[in-house]
Amino acid sequence: MPKKIQYDYETDAVLYRPIYETGKGFYITVGILLLIILWALFMYITQVWFGLGVTGMNQPITWGFYIVNFVFFIGISHAGTLISAILRLSKAEWRRPITRMAEVITAIVLAIGGLHPILDLGRPDRVLNLFTAGRLQSPLLWDVTSITAYFTASTIYLYLPMIPDIARLRDKGGKLTWLYNFLSWGWQDTEHQKKVLNRAINILMIMVIPIAISVHTVISYIFSMTLQPGWHSTIFGPYFVVGAIFSGIAALLILMIASRKVFHLENYLKKIHFQYLGTLLLIMSLLWFYFTFSEYLTGIFGSEPHEMHIILYKFTGPYAIFFWGMILCNFIIPVILLGFKRFKTITGILFASIAVVIGMWLERLNIVVPSLANPRIELPIGIYFPSIVEWALFMGGIAVFILGYVLFSKFFPIISIWETEEGRKEAITEVEERIQSYLPGDETISK
Amino acid sequence: MPKWAMIIDLDKCTGCGDCMAACKLENNIAIVSPEEANNGRVMFWMDMITMYEGEYPNIQIKRMPKPCFHCDNPPCIKVCPVYATYINDEGLVGQVYHRCIGCRYCMVACPYTAKVFNWYEPEWPEEFKVCFNPDVSVRMKGVVEKCSFCAHRLITVKETADSEEREIRDEEYLPACSESCPADAIYFGDLDNRESKVYNLSRSSRAFREFEDLGTEPKVIYLLKKE
Repeated sequence: MPKKIQYDYETDAVLYRPIYETGKGFYITVGILLLIILWALFMYITQVWFGLGVTGMNQPITWGFYIVNFVFFIGISHAGTLISAILRLSKAEWRRPITRMAEVITAIVLAIGGLHPILDLGRPDRVLNLFTAGRLQSPLLWDVTSITAYFTASTIYLYLPMIPDIARLRDKGGKLTWLYNFLSWGWQDTEHQKKVLNRAINILMIMVIPIAISVHTVISYIFSMTLQPGWHSTIFGPYFVVGAIFSGIAALLILMIASRKVFHLENYLKKIHFQYLGTLLLIMSLLWFYFTFSEYLTGIFGSEPHEMHIILYKFTGPYAIFFWGMILCNFIIPVILLGFKRFKTITGILFASIAVVIGMWLERLNIVVPSLANPRIELPIGIYFPSIVEWALFMGGIAVFILGYVLFSKFFPIISIWETEEGRKEAITEVEERIQSYLPGDETISK
Repeated sequence: MPKWAMIIDLDKCTGCGDCMAACKLENNIAIVSPEEANNGRVMFWMDMITMYEGEYPNIQIKRMPKPCFHCDNPPCIKVCPVYATYINDEGLVGQVYHRCIGCRYCMVACPYTAKVFNWYEPEWPEEFKVCFNPDVSVRMKGVVEKCSFCAHRLITVKETADSEEREIRDEEYLPACSESCPADAIYFGDLDNRESKVYNLSRSSRAFREFEDLGTEPKVIYLLKKE
């Protein structure tokens, strides 16, 4: 029986609690999630066994849920690293309790999203052909490259700022000391170590921004490099990046609100954090609408017949409900909820974020399916209903994400303890000095 | 180097579908159950497009055989991540079934929707299994396949011509669809040979190619009287 670990005396005791105390809720959650994952795994095995015929995909709609979810999950993964890097870079002091959570989202969701193209393969056993016979001219290979780079960079970017916290857990002793001992890399909180760590974080934070942007740009290239009407558009790169950051912020907000409730972090995640991120979400919503508007106006004004056919199909065809649902979820709901002070409460922000996540998923659906349903050549219009296998794997993907997050919170603090301490100790004087340096006056004030 | 091309005379085509049947038998294409076919899993290398024009009761039905267009600038090979589809010196666009990973990117990129996918392990009625064409490999589930212009026939023709020490004659190498067409509507031959039938027909005022503006330069040319 391991001895009871003392942490109550710590100022940030509440951040240690989920690591050292395991309630019934934890086991129930993990159990349910594991059941869903096992179900998804079973469904995937049937797919490998019988072939992709068990999905709802067909000719001409040869891509379905897997590609939609691939783009969707990778989009969510932009929450993390990109937002955290931008907040760090802009020295936003309110970032401190948010960055860790954001980075965890990236690492887990990116792994899930990155595996989706493999789910989609007819011959997953030949996936290594990508390395032995890969064609770098193919946008799919660009994807493999940039997602691998992003995954590497973002896991390191998640791990580095965790080192001082892991050292703290190591010093507490008790559970898993060998793991913490290994992961903390001999961290002793010396001045030199701090300097090196900060430097490394700074370098990575700059590096990770272009990589993150490249990832979703390249995913848009998969579509825009083909000649298909509705896809072959130069706006797709930035459009996808904006959509990715948009859905990423929404996912981050949902996770923050959930963690605040479950782990009692009201003291750390305050209303101001939600409002700042809510404003960011509002800006992204407007930006998203701007891109969508430009995309469709250009198509409608030019009215190239094939292009116009697909636009009309999206507006009025069998997928119209998804198109207008997307406009409602991505623009109307968030703008109303986030644009008026009265609705911009934490509940309001939660609803807006849920709407955005659903809306962005619909957007991916609206991009992938209608263009494929209407081939250029005069074939009958295709129709696509996802099968139970595809739904199972979608649920499985979400379950893996939640499970990953729950397990992470069991072993590591989800809010950076050392950065919170640093904020308490140094941030106020630092910010004061910084503001002093902005103000007109004697040069000597600034360093 | 020859440049193999197909000419389909839509003024002669009766839309009987014999080309589709001949193609299916020649290339060991899986027989898909009617239910699965209705779900869009039908497998044809030579497909038949049916277009309805006009309002009831004056409906005109137009049918158009559609093989792979063997583009000179094929959008499918540009996107393949593993070199599983390629164009050779003679302009034939091929598919390597044993390398294909089944990502279906080429199917998505093809503006002519010419490729089909093995959604299940391919199946045939028992009687078919004893009379497979030995020259064409049978595919496995999870790979993309498409019309090859019966490239296996070219090998035989080449070997015969080589052993007799002569050039390949015009219309010596014919794909199954062209050979079986009862209306003689499908011509096949070398587009670079000025004596060939295909070359002369391709310069007809009736000749057109599908989506010429896309720059894919298809090597299947249709003939249709301008109305």
